[in-house]
Amino acid sequence: MFEQTDPNQIQLTEEGELKHFITTEGLSRELLTEILDTADSFVDMSAKQVKKVPLLRGKTVVNLFFEASTRTLSTFELAAKRLSADVLNLNISTSSTSKGETLKDTLMTLHAMHSDMFVVRHSSSGAAHFIAEHVTPDVAVINAGDGRHAHPTQAMLDMLTIRQAKGDFAPLTVAIVGDILHSRVARSQIHALRTLGVNEIRVIAPNTLLPRNIETLGVKVFTNMQEGIKDVDVVMMLRLQKERMNTALLPSESEFYKLYGLTMDKLRLAKPDAVVMHPGPINRGVEIASSVADGDRSLILDQVTNGIAVRMAVMSMSMSGQMKSRGNEL
Amino acid sequence: MNILIQGGRVIDPANQLDNVTNLYISDGKILAVGEAPDNFSADQIIDASNKVVCPGFIDLSAHTCEPGPSQKGSIKTESDAAVAGGVTTLMTPPTTAPVIDTSAVAELIKDRCEEAGKMQILPMGALTKGLDGEQLAPMAALASSGCVAFSNCRKPVANSLILMRCLEYAATHDLLVVFQAQDEALAKGGSMHDGSTCTRLGLNGIPESAETIEVARCLLMAEQTGVRAHFGQLSCERSVRMISEARERGLPVTADVSIQNLLLTDENVNGFNNDFHLIPPLRSQLDRAGLIQGLLSGTIQAICSDHQPHERAAKEAPFADTESGMIGLETLLSLTLILVEQNMLELPQLIEKLTSAPAEILGLETGTLTVGKPANIAIFDQEMEWALNAETCHSRGKNTPFMDYPLKGRVCTTLFKGKVVYQLED
Repeated sequence: MFEQTDPNQIQLTEEGELKHFITTEGLSRELLTEILDTADSFVDMSAKQVKKVPLLRGKTVVNLFFEASTRTLSTFELAAKRLSADVLNLNISTSSTSKGETLKDTLMTLHAMHSDMFVVRHSSSGAAHFIAEHVTPDVAVINAGDGRHAHPTQAMLDMLTIRQAKGDFAPLTVAIVGDILHSRVARSQIHALRTLGVNEIRVIAPNTLLPRNIETLGVKVFTNMQEGIKDVDVVMMLRLQKERMNTALLPSESEFYKLYGLTMDKLRLAKPDAVVMHPGPINRGVEIASSVADGDRSLILDQVTNGIAVRMAVMSMSMSGQMKSRGNEL
Repeated sequence: MNILIQGGRVIDPANQLDNVTNLYISDGKILAVGEAPDNFSADQIIDASNKVVCPGFIDLSAHTCEPGPSQKGSIKTESDAAVAGGVTTLMTPPTTAPVIDTSAVAELIKDRCEEAGKMQILPMGALTKGLDGEQLAPMAALASSGCVAFSNCRKPVANSLILMRCLEYAATHDLLVVFQAQDEALAKGGSMHDGSTCTRLGLNGIPESAETIEVARCLLMAEQTGVRAHFGQLSCERSVRMISEARERGLPVTADVSIQNLLLTDENVNGFNNDFHLIPPLRSQLDRAGLIQGLLSGTIQAICSDHQPHERAAKEAPFADTESGMIGLETLLSLTLILVEQNMLELPQLIEKLTSAPAEILGLETGTLTVGKPANIAIFDQEMEWALNAETCHSRGKNTPFMDYPLKGRVCTTLFKGKVVYQLED
């Protein structure tokens, strides 16, 4: 009953090009690699004197943030500006929704202003999907984080960072540590790592922070940090989101740090050349020790730099696909 | 007024009847089946050849939204939807606004239903005042105003002592209590079954234990108080097993299931399709198989539509922000016929689940074609292919994943108290 079409196909044109960027799930290895290659070219460009390219000249990009954010919003803004787009930042959490306007109404209003791209962050899983499928299919929708579902640009900047550090994905064992349950980052990382073909993906967390049947996503589950981190090549820490800790998930931050916090002692169990990543903002002394975060194995600041390049890549690729599906080339 | 329904396959599970024959109706009641009574002259003849003639369907859960949010539906619109689906009796839960915790509300529903004049709406009374779980609702008074059962719906009475008192009081007056079992804390914030699909979509899950813990608690209390208990809209295989065991011990408990939980699973939510945002949630293949098994074994006696109309805006938002529920009155027959098509049930067995079985649970005299009973009748074409569409859909809500879906089997004529209240146009 109800033959299922792959719901992730809504982000692709008939030719298989990106026209929205909503999730890493269901995208081919070729497409993910193309995003990384495109981002790489922007990394080189960002180091130059003139940092702008005209790929989105004359296009209007609206950053629609229904949830507070500093880092993601500013990297999206910079990325759009470096592509020569006109950028409008809207912090909706404090404006129209408090006046009772529905998400759909807000979007339709902005659509009437002839926007070309919506970069959307929303607290509800499926929000980007809903907008791309039902509200404004002819505006390129870039998911900047929806509930616990997906944060695909974060995952892709992590992939770029791993590729820069390690070269090849195939031999790698990667551990994702911390609040998997609430993490859209973890879900997007898992799909991307699987598609890019790493050897093994591990998730490390207490049972209270693991979603049901997480192993069906193709990961090995560890509840003991010492066992889980043993001989891994990459350690990806997650932020322990205090604002979501509204139920009895953990006895205390200090107990969490003792058991799952990444310290030098625990990091020694990983491979000698293992690298450490974190999507930020970091909680020092809660999920990661300062000595690790600031140490020479940490790639945390590289991730931020790569964030701009990856966002430039998916924005330019999605706009190009969107224009083609609208019948005019970019 | 004399009506002859001619040449149909008459199926009346209560009388174990399944024959091609004639049905004679007079003064709103069944006059005879088979042989024409002496001196019978028909004012109206309905040709039912190649069609099935059976008692009008009895739906144990359908929201009519009145009193309440009129943008979702009214007794008039939802009565129209009911008879278009062959439903001549439905029970509506007390989650109206205001809730059915006073005789005035129960009587208003009865009055509006009589004004519409198409079918019978049986109000379910609140178990506690305002469904707040604190003080007993005036059950005896509500019963005399027409409430046929009592429920706190999906707001379980958290305080077990208060629940015990409610059940003792209901048992005192031999009233039926309906449990829509759901533990509040475990279900809080959840919008779908807690399984692999939920994990992938990053939604808040509702674990099986949200239902099974409450089923267990209610069964133990029903056993202790001796109240007549019915479990509405089960979703878990484990619940079926617990109820089956209780029935084997001799407990007078019954159960129903919605057709959607018999046909669909949590995998349908893939892609965030808001039409599949249902409470109780669509569960796993294992649960679905368990519910079907329960239906076959008789642990579950009835199938309902769990009809819940919503305005468009209520379904236009990210998945978890939408209201739960789908409409189902008009597709009840077609969807249940899929179970016959898939050889899970024989047609008379299916009709029993839609007529005599729910009638027996509520102690109604309808749900049968016994001579002398009210002539509430559905006539349907088992083979007719059709699709529900937004223009012809009678319900004010258009929220169903089965909109424009190819269906088979359609109600052609519905009679209520011997009067044609619905006739499919050619």
